[in-house]
Amino acid sequence: MYKSVRMIMAFAAALLLCSTYTASAGDTLKIGSFLAVTGPASFLGDPELKTLQMYIDDINSKGGIDGTKIDFIHYDTKAKAKDAKNFVNRLIKKDRVDVIIGGSTSGNTIAVMDLVEKAHVPLISLAGSVKIIEPVKKWIFKTPHTDRMAAAKIFEDIKARGFNKVALITGNGGFDKSGRAQCLALAPKYGLVIVADEKYGNSDTDMTTQITKIRSTDAEVIVNFGFGKAPAIVTKNIRQLGVKLPLYQSHGVASKKFIELAGEAAEGVRLPAAGLIVADKLPDTDPQKRVLLAYKNAYEAKYGPVSTFGGHAYDALFITVNAVRSAGSTDRAKIRDEIEKTKGFVGTGGIFNMSPSDHLGLGLDSFHMVEIKNGDWVLVN
Amino acid sequence: MKRLAGFYILAAVLIATGLIFPDSYYVTVVGVTICTNAVLAVSLNLLMGYAGQISLGHAAFFGLGAYASAVLTTKYGINPWLAMLAGVGISGTLAFILARPILKLKGHYLAMATLGMGIIIHIFFVQADWITGGPDGLSGIPEITIAGLAINNDIRWYWVFGGLMLFTTWISLNIVDSRPGRALAAVHGSEVAAQMTGVDTASVKAQIFVVSAVIASVAGSLFAHQQAFVSPESFSFFFSIELVTMVVLGGLASTFGAIFGAVLLSILPEFLLVFEDFEVLIYGAILMIIMIFLPEGLFVSGSRIVTGWLKKREMSTQ
Repeated sequence: MYKSVRMIMAFAAALLLCSTYTASAGDTLKIGSFLAVTGPASFLGDPELKTLQMYIDDINSKGGIDGTKIDFIHYDTKAKAKDAKNFVNRLIKKDRVDVIIGGSTSGNTIAVMDLVEKAHVPLISLAGSVKIIEPVKKWIFKTPHTDRMAAAKIFEDIKARGFNKVALITGNGGFDKSGRAQCLALAPKYGLVIVADEKYGNSDTDMTTQITKIRSTDAEVIVNFGFGKAPAIVTKNIRQLGVKLPLYQSHGVASKKFIELAGEAAEGVRLPAAGLIVADKLPDTDPQKRVLLAYKNAYEAKYGPVSTFGGHAYDALFITVNAVRSAGSTDRAKIRDEIEKTKGFVGTGGIFNMSPSDHLGLGLDSFHMVEIKNGDWVLVN
Repeated sequence: MKRLAGFYILAAVLIATGLIFPDSYYVTVVGVTICTNAVLAVSLNLLMGYAGQISLGHAAFFGLGAYASAVLTTKYGINPWLAMLAGVGISGTLAFILARPILKLKGHYLAMATLGMGIIIHIFFVQADWITGGPDGLSGIPEITIAGLAINNDIRWYWVFGGLMLFTTWISLNIVDSRPGRALAAVHGSEVAAQMTGVDTASVKAQIFVVSAVIASVAGSLFAHQQAFVSPESFSFFFSIELVTMVVLGGLASTFGAIFGAVLLSILPEFLLVFEDFEVLIYGAILMIIMIFLPEGLFVSGSRIVTGWLKKREMSTQ
């Protein structure tokens, strides 16, 4: 009996230790992140985490941000909203971080927004949905282009080519649904008519039924919003059925993986993408070119082919670093104010100009319309 | 007194932990998760452990409660308590309608039917985006007030969920020791034999299915208010499996076993985080070892070993 009492005491003591041990933020900056490194969205989280680790190691080995070392804490959400919520709770209440970078998906980010707003911790999201920054939330920022911008860019291009009738085909994921909603909302503004609105499940292996339906309408172009392997299947199916209509994909497929998966069917597909995937094809006068090539070379030297998703993490990290530098402290409120004042920051996604009413700070011109030719990206002018 | 001794110990531990460590992350955040899971595990155990009816769709009732509260409070501005009641109504009615046809099945077929039910409800949460907000979920769920006290910080939530867990445990212990409880045990043993002794097996099973669904629904409603956000992922098939694991791991047909399983499965991931990449591997290994060496569940086998050991020592000292 005596023994067991002692054991319980020891356990309680250990618990107490765990709970009271939180290093006070002295001259270290604590950055916490929650990314979907494994699971269905690993193609987002994996390059994001690698980018953060690579640059944080680099900054620390060069003496930190004006002497302030970065302490990096990371949790893998596996793209589950509940895990995201628990981990952010842990980052805020246990690890007591100064800034949070993440999550990889819109669902993960939206899940933690209330929590972060209450806790007063600046958060820079790496997810696409426009819901993250509209309406503006005081402590929440993001670096990737929104789905609304992607839809706008696609519609601009469709209009420029003189088409009017659009067939929409989207999956059942969060990204797909949000993209679809933006397309439906924006189409009238560009004078376009949505003549078909087909849906598939993201784990489906064949979309010929939906495409056959589209074929029976008088659509002039097809727009597909999605990421992962589904858009590649859509692309293949369209070519297999001999449908000759121009096909637009979203920025969700802006990685070499898509071209690999879709193979020859990807030829001629157009999509809006950040400058990163066409870095070496940009004119030398482009202010982004130097930054893009530096990031691309650094990443590829260490990990292999670069994707725009890692670039979002690069942007988020350096916006934070710059904010800490100009704030001259690791105070959360001061960092937040400085992030909001970000002006003319040249990142991989574009040139960021944030303001109290715009927590993204990217214009439509930060997107490039690219076309797939001979298994590579080509700029469309 | 003796019948509820375990219950009093549990209550004492719960209250003491909350009073001694009101600021600890492990109480305010992990503690709330533990209590939520414990409520669900205990309610599932009523069905699985005592009545012997497997359910792979328990998370669906949890989700129905959560979504009923989330939708009714955010979109229609209905009082949270009325919304919770509506959730109970929906879950209870659905369970009641489904109980008879589903619980006629046995073994794998019952597992398949409940699995199907769970998946259908999950698909509904994802696809009916005009009501449920789709895969992005619903946010901005208001906080609740109990007797004028707003439940707006972590420790208060700990007390709410702790209270719900104690209440559920108390109900579970009382059901088991009552006439319906003995009827359930009879059904578990042999349905034919139970019928022979005059037990209306179909209605006994239906009743326990409804009770179990209603408890899960209440937990879901509170979960929605506590998280202030719901999304379909929290109520997926995988969560149902996790709940089944908790019940089996702790020990079937033991209320405290279910609680023990919930505690273990909620705490383990927190401590395994230090192993980073190997976290899932170690987690799996622990579950495997427990099931191989303690097939009756950690709590049931564990307490048997301890009592056996105590008896032995008593004998040797005499």
